[in-house]
Amino acid sequence: MAEYLTLLFAAIFVDNMVLSRFLGLCPFMGVSKKLAPAIGMGMATAFVLTLSSVCSHLADEYLLRPLGLEYLKTVTFILVIAVIVQATELGMRKTSPLLHSVLGIYLPLITTNCAVLGIALLNVQEGNDLIRSALYGFGGALGFTLVMVLFASVRERLDLADVPPSFRGAPIALMTAGFMSVAFMGFAGMA
Amino acid sequence: MAESGSAGREKRGMKKLWRFGGGVKLSGHKTVSDPAKVQRAPLPKRLYLPLRQHIGAPAEPVVEVGSYVYKGQVLAVSSAFVSAPVHAPSSGTVIAIEKHTMPHQSGIAEECAVIETDGADRWHPDIAPLPRPGLLSADELRARIREAGIVGLGGAVFPSAAKLKPPRAIDTLILNGVECEPYITCDDALMRSRPEEIVRGLLLVQRVVESAECIIAVEDNKPEAIARMRDAVEKLRASGVGGSDAIEVVAVPTRFPAGGEKQLIKVLTGKEVPQGGLPYEIGIVCLNVGTTAAVYDAVYEGRPLVARIMTVTGPQIRQPANFEVLIGTPVQDMLDAAGGVVSDAHTLIMGGPMMGTRLPHGQVPVVKASNCILVENAALADRQPAMPCIRCGTCATVCPINLLPQQLYWHARGKAYDKLDRHHLADCIECGCCAVVCPSRIPLVQYFRYAKTEKAAQEARDAFADQSRVRMQLREARLARLAREQEERKAKRKAARLGKKKTKVPIDQAGPATREMAGEAREVVA
Amino acid sequence: MSVIVLTLLGLVFGIGLGYAAIRFRVEGNPLVEKIDAVLPQTQCGQCGYPGCRPYAEAIAADEAEINQCPPGGDAGVRALADLLGRDPLPLNPDNGVAADGPQMVAVIDEETCIGCTKCMQVCPVDAIAGAAKHIHTVLNAYCTGCELCLPPLCPVEKCIVMAPEETSIREWKWPSPEAPAARSAA
Repeated sequence: MAEYLTLLFAAIFVDNMVLSRFLGLCPFMGVSKKLAPAIGMGMATAFVLTLSSVCSHLADEYLLRPLGLEYLKTVTFILVIAVIVQATELGMRKTSPLLHSVLGIYLPLITTNCAVLGIALLNVQEGNDLIRSALYGFGGALGFTLVMVLFASVRERLDLADVPPSFRGAPIALMTAGFMSVAFMGFAGMA
Repeated sequence: MAESGSAGREKRGMKKLWRFGGGVKLSGHKTVSDPAKVQRAPLPKRLYLPLRQHIGAPAEPVVEVGSYVYKGQVLAVSSAFVSAPVHAPSSGTVIAIEKHTMPHQSGIAEECAVIETDGADRWHPDIAPLPRPGLLSADELRARIREAGIVGLGGAVFPSAAKLKPPRAIDTLILNGVECEPYITCDDALMRSRPEEIVRGLLLVQRVVESAECIIAVEDNKPEAIARMRDAVEKLRASGVGGSDAIEVVAVPTRFPAGGEKQLIKVLTGKEVPQGGLPYEIGIVCLNVGTTAAVYDAVYEGRPLVARIMTVTGPQIRQPANFEVLIGTPVQDMLDAAGGVVSDAHTLIMGGPMMGTRLPHGQVPVVKASNCILVENAALADRQPAMPCIRCGTCATVCPINLLPQQLYWHARGKAYDKLDRHHLADCIECGCCAVVCPSRIPLVQYFRYAKTEKAAQEARDAFADQSRVRMQLREARLARLAREQEERKAKRKAARLGKKKTKVPIDQAGPATREMAGEAREVVA
Repeated sequence: MSVIVLTLLGLVFGIGLGYAAIRFRVEGNPLVEKIDAVLPQTQCGQCGYPGCRPYAEAIAADEAEINQCPPGGDAGVRALADLLGRDPLPLNPDNGVAADGPQMVAVIDEETCIGCTKCMQVCPVDAIAGAAKHIHTVLNAYCTGCELCLPPLCPVEKCIVMAPEETSIREWKWPSPEAPAARSAA
């Protein structure tokens, strides 16, 4: 039990997807101008991440390995992820068309989000079993959502603040991301 | 000069007092206008009576242009619950009912009754003390208060008759003689000159709201007024006047804005008025001492509210003093009565330096809300440009409502109305504590006022847009229906022309359109 | 072997997605309602579309930019930008300038009106009352200031004009403290 909690903690804070491993920076920078779409994006990615890490593990364990096709894992995982993303998009279009319109292109881009593929491959690399894969995926997803929310909140405040003209927009956002990353380095070595 | 406070409790004398969070200590400037004397203001040549000097619906005029009115005669009434009548402050002729500039920052003009005084200052012959005031019922007292046009003279001008009809039982009646704003001494002067009338008025109000407890609160920088009020209460108690046992005169610590209704309630009772709510919800009613004296006048003298005590003060006025002034007197007349203005580099403020509003010029009338005319130096009133916010947070420490002025400032600048709601902009009483302590001299209250009216305007625009959309949809539906009916008619006409030879539908079985057309067809054929 | 596996996988997923696409079909575009709620409903046509709803539909279909509405002004553009997550653009000056100052409403001079009903028919919110050969009058409470009723539609010269609506003290707005003419009172 403690082992699983440690794994979760590591996935969320110590090895944070965005700030420690620098995966998934595209939606992180692109959808974090306002808090509401950021939360939506975070939850969509979380859903896709968890589901895809489980499905990828299953595909790897019960399809690829028995048939000796481990070298196909990248292609297979991308296929799995793409299907899950597409299903998520269809579901979101039905339930929340506003969020769907706001997220726009970033929703299909979850397919190419290196965080999603990265977690799937990391699970294989570390030889995680089903539960650990699920936990690692879920934890990574939580960490991603957490950082999205934090960053979006800061950016909303930055919007109103007196930022020097040459720093407004992307420069100050990148600097903020850098500071946050340095702050998260404080977790290093904890797990 | 300005200090911040924290919540806590203190014992003063016999009554336990609390502290409200925040607030600042200001230099009072209370000796500039001497509260020991109240001068009678000279009778002005013309009086301008706005028909709305209160919160609520404006009053409708009941006199005609050209008619003669006595002092105290009714000029305008309204049937709305939250409203008050307007009376003539002196005898004379109504020469016009027209728009005149209001004593408001905007300089907008509203309907006023203009009276040319005849110098005799004659009271209406029907005005007489009410017989046996001790036997009047609560409803009769309330009706009298309403008839007399009494509104809250502390500045909010809420019609007192409406305030004194709370939907639930009242435990505590508070008389607000705190007068926490610098420079203003009119309530002090009133308490020193007419303490017994105030207490008697208080007893009348107590009978209306049936409260168990009555507290008269005065700031402790007014020891003379406190002594006089205590003496008056003692005297009435000694002569056995009913209800005077329950009255207590309490000195509250001097701190701005202790005179704010919600702050005063917290100091005296430790209770907080719920957010967005009114004091009656926690069983408390709060009245200004001036309002109570007006209640005395209305019942014991039979006189409506036509005059009040007003302070004319400031560094730019030659002879600052307290005056008993008739409502409707032009402000310029009062400036002249106080010796005139020192120089042209001045600004006129109605109210105090913290919460007053700037007057566009002196040609505006004194209204029921005018407790003070402050003639300030122009250099002080026009602030130096504000410096950037350094996010020090001092503003949040001094806010008496425990808001976050810094957040309100940023969101007001960014026009984020939903965030302003979340930070409770509507609860801001615009006291100015935050602006006074800001090291960058940012005019915070201006931002909040701007944000409030912008938000109200936006909501009005949204409501108007919704209404327009509905009207447009109804119109389109109507046009579509008309077009459809026309199509139907055309089709039936065509069918009738073709089918006249073949099928004959009995005319009484056809629909109304066909029958109409059959009528037409018969005409055409014939 | 790998080819077979991947093909099979692709087929299975494809069928699944096809089923999902049919199952989760969405009719219409509810986004249009949300956009329409933000537009000022002046129905003036300055954006190039015959009313606010067609403009909302065009925005939802990505056929129009969000900066075409002068009555909405910059605040309207910003509200649309916030709603859709796009960047706010400056108002398109080709469509007219944003209304600054008091709200303008149409006013009919009763002496000159000939009762032709042309303005009544064109008003998109039925804000003109009257009948054929009878005097018309504009109901201030409903007029949106769209200016569709002005000449050349009205055949009479100087019969219908735009005039500023009066603000009472209750509707008066405090000026922005950042405007150069602003002064503080405290």
